[in-house]
This record gives sequence, C-alpha cells and structure tokens, in this order.
Amino acid sequence: MSLRNVSIVYKKELTEALRDRRTVISTILVPLLLFPVLSVGFGSLAIALVGKAKEETPKVMLRGGEDSPVVVEGLKKLDKIEIVPETPDWKDQIINKEIRAAVEIPPGFQADVAGQKSDTLKIYNYEGELKSEFASDKVEKYLKDYSDTVVKDRLAAKNLPVAVLKPFEFKRENVAPPEKVSGAAFGGIIGYMVILLCMTGAMYPAMDLTAGEKERGTMETILSSPISRMHLVLGKFFLILTAALGTAALSVLSMGVSFSVLGHYTSQSAGGREAAAGMILKLGPKTVASVFLMALPVAVLFSATLMTIALFAKTYKEAQSYLTPMTFVVIIPAIAAMLPGVELTPKLALIPILNVSLLCKELVAGTYHWNYIGIIFLSTSVYAAAALFIAIKMFQRESVLFRS
Amino acid sequence: MIEARGLSKRFHDKKRGEIRAVDNVSFTCQPGKIYGLLGANGAGKTTTLRMLATILEPTDGTAIVSGYDVVEQPDKVRANVGFLSTATALYRRLTAQEFVEYFGRLNGLDEPTLKRRVDAIFSRLDMNGFRDRRCDKLSTGMIQKTSIARTLVHDPPVMIFDEPTNGLDIMSARTITAFIRECRDNGKTVIFSTHIMSEVEKLCDTIGIIQSGKLLVEGSLPQLRDKYAEHELEEIFVKVVTPHYVSQEAN
Repeated sequence: MSLRNVSIVYKKELTEALRDRRTVISTILVPLLLFPVLSVGFGSLAIALVGKAKEETPKVMLRGGEDSPVVVEGLKKLDKIEIVPETPDWKDQIINKEIRAAVEIPPGFQADVAGQKSDTLKIYNYEGELKSEFASDKVEKYLKDYSDTVVKDRLAAKNLPVAVLKPFEFKRENVAPPEKVSGAAFGGIIGYMVILLCMTGAMYPAMDLTAGEKERGTMETILSSPISRMHLVLGKFFLILTAALGTAALSVLSMGVSFSVLGHYTSQSAGGREAAAGMILKLGPKTVASVFLMALPVAVLFSATLMTIALFAKTYKEAQSYLTPMTFVVIIPAIAAMLPGVELTPKLALIPILNVSLLCKELVAGTYHWNYIGIIFLSTSVYAAAALFIAIKMFQRESVLFRS
Repeated sequence: MIEARGLSKRFHDKKRGEIRAVDNVSFTCQPGKIYGLLGANGAGKTTTLRMLATILEPTDGTAIVSGYDVVEQPDKVRANVGFLSTATALYRRLTAQEFVEYFGRLNGLDEPTLKRRVDAIFSRLDMNGFRDRRCDKLSTGMIQKTSIARTLVHDPPVMIFDEPTNGLDIMSARTITAFIRECRDNGKTVIFSTHIMSEVEKLCDTIGIIQSGKLLVEGSLPQLRDKYAEHELEEIFVKVVTPHYVSQEAN
C-alpha cells in the first residue's frame, strides 16, 4: 500500500472540500452555531419566560367560602395572587387563561375544621400550563401551611408535642459529585449529538466524493490515472472521516463554550442559581478524550457506509434520497439510549450506535466500565472494518462505478 | 504500441439479458501513427477504448499497451497512457495548475520534475494566463487545454482519445485535432474514436470500422477506397456497416 498515493488523494479532496460551500456549512458552521443557538438562545429564552411567568400576579377565583372567613382572608393576604369573585364560567376562564386557577371551599368548611371534621378543598387548574401551575402551587402551599397550623393548634390544645405526628424525620441527600449529576442528566444528549453530528458531517463529503464525482464527469478522469482504486477509495474515505470527526469535535467544543456561557448568564440572573448548577456540564479532558476515542470507530463506520451507499447513486440528488433515510437509522438507536432506565448490557453492547450512545452517557458521568468499553470498541471496529472493506470492494465494481 | 487480442466485453442487463458490447476485437496501433476507430453511437468504441485504458476490465481477451498487459498490469498500463474524452471532466474547485499537478503526482512524478513539466506544458499550450484560475471559471477552450495538459504531464508513449471533439465548437475541436497530430509527430502511439468522417479522413493512418461490437474492416484510407470502390469515407462506412446494421435492427 502506498501512503504517498493515499495522501495525494486526501490532500486534493481536502482542498476541494474546503472550497465547497455545502461541505463547509455542514462540517464547520452547523456544529459551531447549532449549540450556541440551541443552548444559549433557547436556554436563556426559557429562563426569561419562566422568570416572567413567576413575576406575574395570577388571578385566582374563589368558589364558596362565605362562611369560612379565615381561609378566605388567608388567601387574600397571599403575596402576588389576586383573588377574584366567583362567576359561573370559571372553567372557561381557566381554559381561556383569563384566570389561572380556582379554589373551591365547601360550605361549612371553617365550622367543620373547628369540629374536627375532614373536608376536601379543590384547586382547579390548567395542567401543564406554566402560569396556572405556579398559581396552584402558591394556593396549595398556603393550604398546606394552614393545615399544619390547625394540626399544631389541636396538639397544643391536648398538650401533645408535634413529634406525636412526626415520630422521625427523613431527608434525601446526593452524594454524587456535580459532574456526575450533570453527566447523568446530559450524558445521553452528548452521545446523541456526537453521533448525529458525526453522521451529518460525513454525509455531504460522502455524496460529493462519489455521486458528485460521477455527476461532474471526473470519475472517468481519475480512473484513467495510475492510482489504484484502493488508494483512491482510502484517500476519499480519510477525507470523509476527517469531516465526521471535525464536525463532532467542533460540536463538542461549541457545546462546552455554550454551556459555560449559559451557566454564567443564569448564575447572574436572579433565582437562576439552582438552574445554573444543574445545567453546567463539566467535561474534563479525560471525558472528552474517551468520548472521542469511542466516536472514532463510529465515525469510521458512518464514513465507509455513507460512501458506499452514495457510490451507487448517479447524481448528488439521487445520493441525497438514499442517505436521508439513513438519518433515521442512526437517530432511532441514539434516541433509544436516552430513554430513562436503558442501560448497558452485554447484548446491547453489540448493537452499533446504541452501544456507543449508552457508553457516552456513562463516560460523561465519569463511569468507566472497562469490559463494556472493550466490547463496544472492538465490535464497532469490526463493523467499521467490514463497512470499509465493502466500500473498497464496491469501488472495484464496474457495475457500480458506471451504473447507467 | 497497442495490440488488442480478442478483446471482448459483455454486460448483463436485467431487461435485455447479455449484451456483447465488444466482441473479439483484435488490432494493432503502431508508434508514430494514428489509428481511427470509426463507428456509430453504441457500436462499442468507448468500451474498447475504456478497456485499453484499463477503466473497464475485458471479459475475454486482452491487450498489450506499451508492453504491459491490460488485465495483468493495469496500473502500469495507465502510467503509460494519456486518456482524453469529452467525459473526462476537470475538478471544478481546483485551479488549472493544481489539477494538472494532481495528475502529475498520481503518475509518480517528483516535485522538481513535476514543476519543470508543468511549466513547460503551460508555456507550450499558452496556459499561463489562467493557470491560477479555478476550473469552473474556465472557457471551453481553456478546459480543453487543461485536459490536454493533464494527459501530457507524465509524457505517456500512448494516447487514447475517445470522441474528443464531441460537442465542441470548431475552434476547440481544432485545438484537439492539432494536438492529436502533434502526438503522432512526437512518435506517440495514438488511437482515437469518432463518428465524424472528416476527422478520420484528415487524421488517421489506419481506420477500423466497428459495429455491434465487432471490428468489421481495417486498413488505410486508400486501401479502403480500393476495396469498396468508393472515394468518400462516408460511402465506404455505409457499405460496410449497412448489412450488420440491418441484422442488428432485425434482432
């Protein structure tokens, strides 16, 4: 094998790729801009919207309660809630977002409380609607506090300590370091994005270097040169691989920068500290290196597979129609890895894409299952080598190169 | 020199079954001579020349090109051949110079030799005015010259031209025909295919008429005139091809 020939083809393809607008957009611009737009843009927009929703004074309608002045007065005194009088169309008003919630106080509620008879108060809201949820939360918190006060008073009246009802306390405490917590939350996404961007990065050069070459009439030109078809296909393959890895590297870089900018922004905004702590993803060099090491055989697999499929097409457009469905083939296992509770098993470690996706989740969280890393790296390398072998074989077939 | 020995190429088509694109074709092209392969569209010219250039592999038979076997030593054959057709396009995103240099490197030239060769060819073909211009910004004439420069960069002893003037305007076509003559004058072995009679009359030392993949007749223009008692090559061509054309249509 002549490395010189492979490198001549590679250099030429690189020169051409860097001069091709479509390749530059998909390989460099998309990964660089996608995360800032997604995370900083949408993230800060979401934080701003939540903040605004919290600041609004929601209208809450009281139903009944004429004979229960204590609870009514208590609700009216609540900060940032406007109590509005009852109207018959209260349900429609909630649905139409004219009011955010309604509280139904049953008749004789206060008397029942005094007589130690249990009643049910109802809070009506618009489930899933942010502002309605906030209003309901405020009302619910007040009612819970009121209920606790009533319990305390009753115990006090009987000279009983509060501990009668609360024999012991319990508390949940996280022992995982922050990077593991954020890793568990975002690890799936990192793997998913790296895999998806490896694929999109490889897609355009794969089409351009095969079907594009046929369409532009340069395939016959290059085949008439003395370079062997294996050297030719390897030179092209390395360029596609560079694009795949370049896209993934740029996307991780841009993701890191975006998360730190987002963290900085949220920690400065009022009430954003908790959100910031949860959202900042700490990626150490070791994590980045391991994710990339695992992404390498996946990128080889994608580059060789996409190149082989695109080679069958006669035109760029035809190649696009072949490769677009491939996105789904990749997205489905990558998304499956993000589902809660899906974890690595020896069988899943053999399923391409899904295995690396699952492993990335663990790697980002700082967990290194060396036996799985071995199985996954090895199995993906075998798939990748098979794909590359098929690509080389396809380049030898006249029926593929000169399909008419 | 080119020596085709029973060259055959069969394709499989789902609808039409087996197609004999080239059927047991043998001929010899001498250095310093131009061999013209004359035939209608679909006669088998391109397939024959692609086999000589080792772009396609023969199903049966072989050819010896510049002393190398097209089946056994295809890489060596390609290193000794300059192949030009209207289908051999340029890399649009490379400059004319980068394009020619790329093929020089693929042909194994070292950098000092490559520079010398490129400079000489660009001067000879009057290409210095556009050597740094990208190929997608070149005119048709400039594209032709760049293609010629590509075929010459490794100074091959054998030149194969597959319908090189197809679709070109008169001026671009003249550039090509002048180049073909120059190759012959420099002692190269030249084979070229066409369906344009006037080109064959002007250029070729030997003419081979091909139809339905078979080489029907071969000889110099005076020999063919004598044999078929016709002066015009077109009339000779019609006389040779018609019986086969009719039988092909009937099939």
